[in-house]
Amino acid sequence: MSTDSQKPSTGKTLFDKIWDAHTVSTVENGPTQLYIDRHFCHEVTSPQAFAGLRARGLKVFRPDRTTMTADHNTPTINQDQPVNDPISRNQLDTFDKNAKEFNMPFYYPLGNKKNGVVHIIGPENGFTHPGMTIVCGDSHTSTHGAFGAIAFGIGTSEVEMVLATQCILQTRAKTMRINFTGKLQDGVVAKDLALYMISQLTTGGATGYFVEYAGEAIRNMSMEERMTVCNLSIEMGARGGMIAPDEITFSYVYRREFAPKGEEWDKQLAYWKTLKSDEDAVFDKEYTFDASQIPPMITYGTNPGMGMGITDSIPTLEATDEAGRISFQKSLDYMGFQPGEKLEGKSIDYVFLGSCTNGRIEDFRTFANYVKGKKKADNVTAWLVPGSWMVEKQIREEGLYDILTEAGFALRQPGCSACLAMNDDKVPAGKYAVSTSNRNFEGRQGPGARTILAGPLVAAAAAITGKITKP
Amino acid sequence: MEKFQTLTSTYIPLPIENVDTDQIIPARFLKATDKNGFGDNLFADWRYNKDGSPKADFVLNNPTYKGEILVAGKNFGSGSSREHAAWAVAGYGFKVVVSSFFADIFKNNALNNGVLPVVVSPEFLAKLFAEVTADPQATITVDLQNQTVTNNKSQQTESFEINPYKKECLLNGLDDIDYLLSKKDLIEQYEKNR
Ligand code: SF4
Repeated sequence: MSTDSQKPSTGKTLFDKIWDAHTVSTVENGPTQLYIDRHFCHEVTSPQAFAGLRARGLKVFRPDRTTMTADHNTPTINQDQPVNDPISRNQLDTFDKNAKEFNMPFYYPLGNKKNGVVHIIGPENGFTHPGMTIVCGDSHTSTHGAFGAIAFGIGTSEVEMVLATQCILQTRAKTMRINFTGKLQDGVVAKDLALYMISQLTTGGATGYFVEYAGEAIRNMSMEERMTVCNLSIEMGARGGMIAPDEITFSYVYRREFAPKGEEWDKQLAYWKTLKSDEDAVFDKEYTFDASQIPPMITYGTNPGMGMGITDSIPTLEATDEAGRISFQKSLDYMGFQPGEKLEGKSIDYVFLGSCTNGRIEDFRTFANYVKGKKKADNVTAWLVPGSWMVEKQIREEGLYDILTEAGFALRQPGCSACLAMNDDKVPAGKYAVSTSNRNFEGRQGPGARTILAGPLVAAAAAITGKITKP
Repeated sequence: MEKFQTLTSTYIPLPIENVDTDQIIPARFLKATDKNGFGDNLFADWRYNKDGSPKADFVLNNPTYKGEILVAGKNFGSGSSREHAAWAVAGYGFKVVVSSFFADIFKNNALNNGVLPVVVSPEFLAKLFAEVTADPQATITVDLQNQTVTNNKSQQTESFEINPYKKECLLNGLDDIDYLLSKKDLIEQYEKNR
């Protein structure tokens, strides 16, 4: 169901409120000059930005508003030893040099106890607050929108702008609200809800929009689940996704290391409580889905919009629109699947639990809870990669480590890992991976790798049976 | 940044939809610390075999098709925010990408690197694909000042949209950082008043 509306309204959306509060100026006939509260930075998309500053003879304008972590290009074993690949090592060394030369106070290199995937360490250390504007040279920056922030991915030129001026130029996005009524069924997780939504809206369905998620199913979610949903906003083309903050949000942020303290907390909290869309606010587009109808999901193709219920069949050629048939067939050829085929029971080779989509402690709890007392299938190589050292520590403290080891699993060290396979964690050509990450593009997990996206529960079931299995 | 005014060129067709940034430039090529050389790895996995030899059936390896304009299927540039995708497109020598739909971040990144994304109707796009298959010498003219794109074969012209600010930047070869640096006083004032 969708409605388009043109009628003028007096009320403001959550997006409008935060955007307006961060508008420094508006370029005539052009974009908004937007002030950025928090900038996250990693080794892959920043070197050219720092080089640009150097070439222009500039300093970093507000070093304390940038948080730096090495994650994309890092190994997930033997992190205490020098990185083997000389080109990767050069990128990490450049990152280190930049952090030091520009006196960046929040810098977490490999081995630091706050190191980990950028979108995981931000919230867990309290860098992410409601009402903020947040950017990072990584499209899944939308994750932070779960706190009721405007958070989105930017390119390297824009990273340079933020470092130089703490501002960027952006055209105001249109607004969309997606409501999820009802409750999710048992055995259905936040990732399923997101994959379902993307399969309905397609990968370009929210392009040009900033999405607010609302409704009972969203309200019932923990912060970690909300982060999973907002994380995947970009996979339907949205600039970002956000959820109005509530008690669940406030209690997550409270007492995190870099959260406001004392009087400042009280002051901020009072402001945060005003951060919701007004009753009479009108969105440019609105959708409503019934959460209770969502099944456990998997993808069958090479974009995240090609998803279906785990027991469903791939659409037939006739059922796809004509203009897209060549791309559809190309995609299935790559995956080695047939139109109309069922995937339940198909044998798989790899399982990846991790990434900024599903690399948090709750994901490990879900996975461990399912595999407890069972044994990993012999035909499966499983990469369990915590999103950060903090998550890793929790896994050990909560006894999940023992459960996983007993079931035949090993734990790797934090990083982006097989999410984008820049390091050695590559799925070999032609092999099938059930992955809790966010992209099933051709070659994303290694040249020729075939990715089936799923939530941590479906991943756990696949790791135990060695097949695509309904949990 | 180089100035862009008008361009008439033959074009290279890529009639595939949802070409994502992992196809434009696969992640393993993102390890460089400067902006050069990405053009060599544009569409690397479609363009080269495992041993590095060119794949004969990929359009960039077909000498029949040449030009500074890439014409691609719907939703070009979806996926990652990596600006390396725009560097690869620019580095290969493309000055314009024509499609019926672009992903947001790619569009921004392209504009920041002097590559003009031109949105045309699906019919106009289909016609361009048909025309170039029949005659690889077919040309397109893009006129930024007047915001028009012309299929010179069929003499069809469409106008395209571009943000007026971005248009000025491109026509004059200026970038956003120059602009923002000129607004430092406003930024400091904003910080004081909040
Ligand atoms: S885990 Fe994947 S999506 Fe997330 S920051 Fe790393 S590479 Fe990007």
